[in-house]
Amino acid sequence: MRLSETQRIFSPKNSSITSFSGLVRSLNIDGPLLGGLLLICAFGLFVLYSAAGESPRLIVNQAVRLGVALVAMLIVAQLPPDFLRRWTPWAYAAGLVLLILVLTKGDVGQGARRWLNVGVRFQPSEAMKLAVPMMTAWFLHDRQIPPRPGHLAIIAVLIAVPTYLIAKQPDLGTALLIAASGIIVIILAGMSFKIIFGLAVLAVPGALVVWNFMLDYQKQRVLTLFNPDSDPLGAGYNIIQSKIAIGSGGLFGKGWTNGSQAHLEFLPERHTDFIFAVLGEEFGLLGVIVLLVLYMFVIGRGLYIAVQAHDTYSRLLAGSISLTFLVYVFVNTAMVTGLVPVVGVPLPLVSFGGTSMVTLLAGFGILMSIHSHRKLLPH
Amino acid sequence: MSLLSPIKDHHSERRLFIGRVILAAVFSFVLLGVVVARLVQLQVFDHELFAEKSQGNRVRIEAVPPIRGLVFDRKGRVIAENLPAYQLELIPEQVDDIEDTLNRLAAIRLIDADDIPRFTALSQSGQQFKPVTLKFRLSDEEIANFAIQRPRFPGVDFQPRLVRHYPHGGLFAHAVGYVGALNTSDVQRLDSARYAGTSHTGKTGVERSFEDKLHGDAGFRHLITNARGRQVPANTSELLGSLPTDETASPGANVYLSLDLDLQKIAFNALEGRRGAVVAIDPQNGEVLAMVSAPAFDPNLFAVGMSTTQYDELQNNPDRPLFNRAVRGTYPPGSTIKPMLALAALETGATNLTRKSVCIGYFQLEGNEHRYRDWKREGHGPVDLHDAISQSCDVYFYEISGDLGIDNMHDYLTRFGLGSATGVDVLGERPGIVPSREWKRNNFSDRDNQRWYHGETVIASIGQGFMLASPLQLASAVATLSTRGDRYRPHLVAAIEDPLSGQRELVEPEWLGNVAIGNEFYWDNVLEAMHDVMQGPRGSARAVGTGAPYEMAGKSGTAQVVSIAQDAEYDEDELEERQRDHALFVSFAPFDDPKIAVAVIVENGSSGSSVAAPIAKAVMDQYLGYDDDATE
Repeated sequence: MRLSETQRIFSPKNSSITSFSGLVRSLNIDGPLLGGLLLICAFGLFVLYSAAGESPRLIVNQAVRLGVALVAMLIVAQLPPDFLRRWTPWAYAAGLVLLILVLTKGDVGQGARRWLNVGVRFQPSEAMKLAVPMMTAWFLHDRQIPPRPGHLAIIAVLIAVPTYLIAKQPDLGTALLIAASGIIVIILAGMSFKIIFGLAVLAVPGALVVWNFMLDYQKQRVLTLFNPDSDPLGAGYNIIQSKIAIGSGGLFGKGWTNGSQAHLEFLPERHTDFIFAVLGEEFGLLGVIVLLVLYMFVIGRGLYIAVQAHDTYSRLLAGSISLTFLVYVFVNTAMVTGLVPVVGVPLPLVSFGGTSMVTLLAGFGILMSIHSHRKLLPH
Repeated sequence: MSLLSPIKDHHSERRLFIGRVILAAVFSFVLLGVVVARLVQLQVFDHELFAEKSQGNRVRIEAVPPIRGLVFDRKGRVIAENLPAYQLELIPEQVDDIEDTLNRLAAIRLIDADDIPRFTALSQSGQQFKPVTLKFRLSDEEIANFAIQRPRFPGVDFQPRLVRHYPHGGLFAHAVGYVGALNTSDVQRLDSARYAGTSHTGKTGVERSFEDKLHGDAGFRHLITNARGRQVPANTSELLGSLPTDETASPGANVYLSLDLDLQKIAFNALEGRRGAVVAIDPQNGEVLAMVSAPAFDPNLFAVGMSTTQYDELQNNPDRPLFNRAVRGTYPPGSTIKPMLALAALETGATNLTRKSVCIGYFQLEGNEHRYRDWKREGHGPVDLHDAISQSCDVYFYEISGDLGIDNMHDYLTRFGLGSATGVDVLGERPGIVPSREWKRNNFSDRDNQRWYHGETVIASIGQGFMLASPLQLASAVATLSTRGDRYRPHLVAAIEDPLSGQRELVEPEWLGNVAIGNEFYWDNVLEAMHDVMQGPRGSARAVGTGAPYEMAGKSGTAQVVSIAQDAEYDEDELEERQRDHALFVSFAPFDDPKIAVAVIVENGSSGSSVAAPIAKAVMDQYLGYDDDATE
C-alpha cells in the first residue's frame, strides 16, 4: 500500500522510542538547538516577568504563545526539506497575494495596515520572513552556484517585490529584515565580492532614495540617534532612558525586579522592543553576556546544521535562517544601546509578542528538519 | 531540471558555502562584539554617570511645610491661629470634563462662576495628579451638601488642611494683617528652600513684617516617584534601596503683640460706620496698645481665598477698607501740633509765657489783604500761650509764626518724629511731610513754586498747607509730649516665643533720644495747657474731659479737606459729607504718670473735640480701668 505523503511525513522512521534520545530523534528534534532555544525562552520569561510589572497574566499569555510556537516548530520539523522545497513557490505566491490583500483590505493598527483578519488576525509579513529566503534558496537550488548576474537580477525582483509591499504598509523594520534574509541567501550562495562591494557602494545613493521614501517619524528616529539630547522628552526619550537603564545596571545589575528605570516607568516599551534594557539594568553586563552567549550558541548550531546539510536549498535556507536571527539580535541590541536608529524590531524570543515568536520557532523547525532528514548515505 | 544547465559540482559548491559561512560567523562575532563593546562602555566606564542619572530620575524631594506661628495679644489671647478646615480639591486626571464639572459645582454654589476660567487654566497647567484647590474652607453646610452629591463629581473631594484663622475678624485686619496664597512676586522675593511646600505667606501687617519668624523652616521628605512624578507606595520604595534621611519641619515662632484685644474692640466699635484710625501707644516704651483703621475687612477672606467678585468689591469700595489708615493715611495734623510749636516758640524766643495777642477772628500779613481766619469767627479776644493751646486760638499762632519761621517749625516738629517714618514694625508706613524752605526747593520743579512764601508759614503754624502726618506719627508725637521729650520707637510686637522650648524673647524698648527742650518750665506750661484742653474751664474738649475719674491732657485738631473761599460762609450741611473737615484728636493720660497716648482721626468727622475726642477717651478709660463694663 502506498502511503500518502502526509502519512510518510508523520510516521516515525524508527520505532525504537525507548530512550529519551530516541524519542527526540524520532520527533526530528535537534537536541542542542532545542536546548539553546528553551534556555533563551526561559531566561526571556524571567526578564519579562519583571519588565511587565510582575504581571502573572502577561507571563501566562506569553507562555501560551511560546507553547503554540513550540508546537509549530515541532510540526515544521516533521516536514522533510524536499517537501518544503516543492511547496516553496506556492507559499511565496500565497504570501504575495496576502500582502496585496493587506494593502487593500487589511486592518489598520498603530497607523499602519499590517493585519489581515480571517477569523484570526495575523500579519502576512511574518510568513514572508520565511517565504522569501525559501524562495531565494529554491531558485538557486537547481541553478549554478555562484549565481550568474542574470539570475541575480531575477532574485533581486523576488526579494524586492515583498520588501516593497511590506515597506508600503508601512513597516520599514520588517521590510529591511526580509530583504536582509534574501540577500543573506545570495551572499551564502557565493555571490562574488566584487558585486557585494559594488552594491555596497550603490547603497549610498540607495540610502538617499530610502530616505525620501521614509515617513517623518522614521526620519525622526534616524536623526534622534545622532543627537538624542536634542529632544530629550520627545523622540530622544527612549534612547536616553534605555541608556540610563543599561548604564546604571553596571556589572552585576540592580537585581531581578529591582530595576528602577523599568519599574518606575521611565523606560518606555520595556516589555516589548526595549526589554534588553531591562535585562541590562537588572542583571548587568553579566546577564547581558549570558544572553548573548546563548544567542551565539543557537546561531552557531544553526550554521553547523547549514554546513552539514546535503543539498543547496537546505544549506542556503539553514544559513539564512541562522544569520537572519543574528541580524534580529544585532538590530535590537544595537538599537537599545543607541548604536542604530530605533526600528521596531523585538528582541527575538524575549520580547513580549506572539506572531514573531511563531515565525522564529517555525524557522528553527526548518533547521531541525534539515538536520534530522539528512540522507545519511553519501551521494 | 533542464539538461542544458551545467552539472552542479557539489564538492566545490560545499567548499564555497563553508567559506562563506566561516566569513558570516566572523562577521557575526564582529557585530556582537560591537554590541558588547558598547555595553562595556555603558555599564563599566560610564556606569557611575548613568547610576547617578537613574537615581536622579526616581528620587524626588518633597518639602514638608512648617506650621505657622500663632499671634497673641498682650494678655495672651489668640489673634491668629491655624485651624483644620476642609478644602475642596479637584484632581485633573480623574475628571473627564473639567469645564463641565466646574460648571456643575458652580450650579450648586460651591464655587463662583467667575472663577471657572481660572480653575480650568490651573487644572490644565500643573501635573495632572496634583490636586487643584477650588475652595480653601468649606462650611459645615457645604460639606453636608457636597457629601450627598459626591458621586456626581468623580475626581472632586474635600481634604483636611490647616488654614490660617483670625478669630476676631476685622478687628486686627490692618495691624496683624493677613496671609494670602503665594503669588509670583512672593515666590521671587522669598527663599525658595524655606518656602518649598508653603502655600501662603504674610501679605500685610505683622503677618508680613514678622513673616521671617512666623513662617518656620520647611522639612524635607524623600519620595520615590515614577516617570510621571507620581509617588510610589512605600513597599516598592523599600525594594529600591535606602534614601537620604528626611528632615522634619521646624514650626514658626509665636508672636506676642503689645496690642490689647479689649482696646482694639473699643476703638473698632467707636469707629463703626466711619472712616478713620485710632493708634494708642504706651509712652514709656513705645508699645502700640491699639491700632485700628476703619472701615476694616475680614482677613479670613484672604487666608481662605475669595472669589474674584468678593475681591473686586473690596478693591473698588470707595471707603477703601484695605487701606491701613493708621500708618499709611497721612492727614494735615491741624491744631494737634500746636503744643509742639508752642515749645518751639518758647525755646527759640519767638514768644514767651506772658505775651498776649488779641484775637479778632482773623489775621492779616502786612501789606496783604488776605485774611487768615480763626476757626472761631468772632475771635477769642486776648489770649496768652496757655489760652491759645487750651482754646485752640489760631490767630495767636499766626502772629508768632513769622518770628518762629518755617525752618524752626521744621526743626522742632522733626524732633518729635513728624516728617519721617517712625520705624514701626509694620511695613508700608508713609513718612508724611514737615515742610521747610529746603523741602520746597527739592520737591517742586517750577522756580516760582520753589520759593517759600510767608503765607505758607502762617498756615503751617496751625498744621495746614503742605504738612501731613499719619495717625501713628501723631500718637508717637503726643507720647513724646507726655514724657517731656523722651521718644521710643513704636512697635506692635512685644515678644517672640520659641514654640518648642516655650522661651520668650522680649522686644526691648528702643529709646530714640530726647527732643532736647531743656526748660522744664516750658514743659510745665504747655502740658498744663493741654490738660486744660480737657479739664480746664474753657478747654476746647472739656465736654469730654470734665468729670473723668483721672487727669488727662489732649489737643484737638481739624484738618481742612477743601479750602474755603474768602468770606464764604462755612455751611456744613451744604458740604458733601466727603468734603467735611477731618476730625483729629491727640491725648494722653494719666496726666501725672502717662500710661497711654492716643491719636484719633475721623475722616470728614468735622470736629476734633466732639467727634474724635470721645473715641480717645473711651480707649483711655478702658486701658486705665475706668470703662463702663469695669465699673458696673
